[in-house]
Amino acid sequence: MRVALFVTCLVDLMRPSIGFATARLLEEAGCELVVPETQTCCGQPAYSSGNRAAARQLAKKVIGEFAGFDYVVAPSGSCAEHIRNAYPLLLADEADWLPRAQELAARTFELTDFLVNVLHVDKVPGRFAGSVTYHDSCSGLRGLGIREQPRALLAQVPGLELREMAGAEECCGFGGAFSVKFGELSAAIAARKCGNLRASGADAVVGGDLGCLLNIEGRLRREGDLKTRVLHVAEVLAGVDGDGEAPHAGGAN
Amino acid sequence: MRQQSMHFAARVGDRLADVKLQANLKKAKGKFVDMRAAAVREFDADAAACAAAAGRDDAVTFAALRDAGAAIRSKVIDDLDLWLEIFEAKAKASGATVLWARNGEEVCAHTIEIARRHGISKAIKSKSMLSEEADLNAALSAAGVQPVETDLGEYILQIAGNEPPSHIIAPVIHKTLDEVADLFAREHGKPRKTDIPALTREAREALRAHFLSAGMGISGGNFLIAETGGVALVTNEGNGRMVTTLPNVHVVITGIEKILPTLEDLATLLRLLPRSATGQTISNYVSLLTGTKGAADPDGPEHLYFILVDNGRSSLLEDDFRAMLRCIRCGACMNHCPVYQTIGGHAYGWVYPGPMGSVLTPLFTGIERALDLPQASTLCNQCGSVCPVKIPLPQLLRTLRERQVTRQLRPRSERFGLKVWAWLAQRPALYARAASYFARYLGWLAGGEDRIRVFALAPQWTAGRDLPAPQGKTFRERWAAERGR
Ligand code: SF4
Repeated sequence: MRVALFVTCLVDLMRPSIGFATARLLEEAGCELVVPETQTCCGQPAYSSGNRAAARQLAKKVIGEFAGFDYVVAPSGSCAEHIRNAYPLLLADEADWLPRAQELAARTFELTDFLVNVLHVDKVPGRFAGSVTYHDSCSGLRGLGIREQPRALLAQVPGLELREMAGAEECCGFGGAFSVKFGELSAAIAARKCGNLRASGADAVVGGDLGCLLNIEGRLRREGDLKTRVLHVAEVLAGVDGDGEAPHAGGAN
Repeated sequence: MRQQSMHFAARVGDRLADVKLQANLKKAKGKFVDMRAAAVREFDADAAACAAAAGRDDAVTFAALRDAGAAIRSKVIDDLDLWLEIFEAKAKASGATVLWARNGEEVCAHTIEIARRHGISKAIKSKSMLSEEADLNAALSAAGVQPVETDLGEYILQIAGNEPPSHIIAPVIHKTLDEVADLFAREHGKPRKTDIPALTREAREALRAHFLSAGMGISGGNFLIAETGGVALVTNEGNGRMVTTLPNVHVVITGIEKILPTLEDLATLLRLLPRSATGQTISNYVSLLTGTKGAADPDGPEHLYFILVDNGRSSLLEDDFRAMLRCIRCGACMNHCPVYQTIGGHAYGWVYPGPMGSVLTPLFTGIERALDLPQASTLCNQCGSVCPVKIPLPQLLRTLRERQVTRQLRPRSERFGLKVWAWLAQRPALYARAASYFARYLGWLAGGEDRIRVFALAPQWTAGRDLPAPQGKTFRERWAAERGR
């Protein structure tokens, strides 16, 4: 099975360990993994900011470079949701593009959804000594129905205890450009999320979208919490602990 | 109501710093969200039990009920003119007068004209958001008609110096009990009390004289029923009944989109509205008011007027925003909105706050008069997933953002930034190099720490949080190095 990794801009820029963790999970599950070199951005920031023309251009670019793979997988509910739900809308009035958009949408998956519902993974390489609480990011949760998938996978991690927080499904206040257009407001919403996750008493907060995680981590640290770890679900599942160290090629870490 | 929506961003800071408001918001949030969730759970459990008892496996869940509600409202909006004609004919046949208002001024003019015709100097009012849109109280006062708000919340706002409501169904949600106690002691000249039933009794005593002396009652309307020509009122206080039955003249002021075809449809919407709004299975009062007082009726108004208001609504019919007209004003979208929960309703600066307000305000008052509102959303869709008539609020907000872009209403810096970014994103080699430089730059800013405390390129980010530092090289640099080309 040939699977293309859609790395996402944020993972590429800020936290490559998530990309390596994703690669490890997919390869250990038997996928032939390809990272298309020309990939940039799915175009969601353009779409969300009302720049439809730019969003369409980027959609076409992604459709082109991710053609021919069995599946496309992203360690992000937000980017996967954009490709799945928005591409067909954006290209609805272009007869030669719409079928291609729909076809790509049908084989694009968020990582945990893919591991559970396509690969039916029942064993993950990660280990974690301690408790985690899971933050449901909005696009994945409400746009793709990602709720049980990450929890089912986390339950397979030896040593890991899942402690649900109050309001796990509430927005963390990130919202892409919103976080810099209305910084204070965004941080105030993040503060509420941080209160909830701290009240859970978990050692780490885990999520499936790096944007939200940067927001939450940034707020936790600003509040003086240097202890609660903030991890991407791929890192926990793959046993890559987010300290920047990638596992060795082939996942032989 | 004086519009302030153009100053949204500036007003947000005040709300965040307002300790009292923040405490009130926190309390209200838990209440509304938890109560709706409980009501939905109970509804689904009951539906499942009923289906099981009947040996069926097709329980009508709350989700299915929302589909049904959305379908009814869509059906009406798709042929609004027809339904309005049917309603008008039925209402007239029942003895009511139907008047049309294109905007707020016409609402005021009609109401004042009715007051003059019947020689009225005092009007008692039950809650009506349309009256806020039209600024009716000010117009009535200027015309020598004293308006008296009788909904407890609206009454509090009125004696507090005509404050605007901050929520469409809980207008004083921004006030603490203490504030109300102070206000009552001052305005009523009675000993200060903080017991809620006692405060309510005091308001009731103050209002009773008005109920008995007013010649006209003004109410809103939750639904207009086309097949009967009547109006349905959904309230939790008895004041609505007094306003609509005691005075000899009753004026219903409501939007043209509020129509439902049949009473059967009303039954569906009545199962959705209170559960979505307050988590109640049914509101304390549901009134169906049809026609004027009949010969055999012991009470009721001899004169019934409907003022059906457009005020921008018909402009939504033709375009991408039609779904917004399905709105039944339940308030669930604001109750569940992280932004509303954080700043309250006043920050939005016009009649309607929260996600529905962020859609309606620019559409009703002009896109350029509320530029921030469609932007002030994380598009988390907590609103859309609870809306009883399934309005895709985030999608509508995004469409409004698109309008701002096509009309060149975004700041130049933003337009320029997006252009550069979009140009780069089409050029993979450059984009990769830019990402690599940017990662290094951020790393340099972090100066060996794991975070950046002040980020000059986006100071708004670091106003209230740190920016975690990148790990170093980009993923693709490392991938290329480790896996070769
Ligand atoms: S938009 Fe939906 S949730 Fe919001 S007030 Fe209207 S009906 Fe209620």
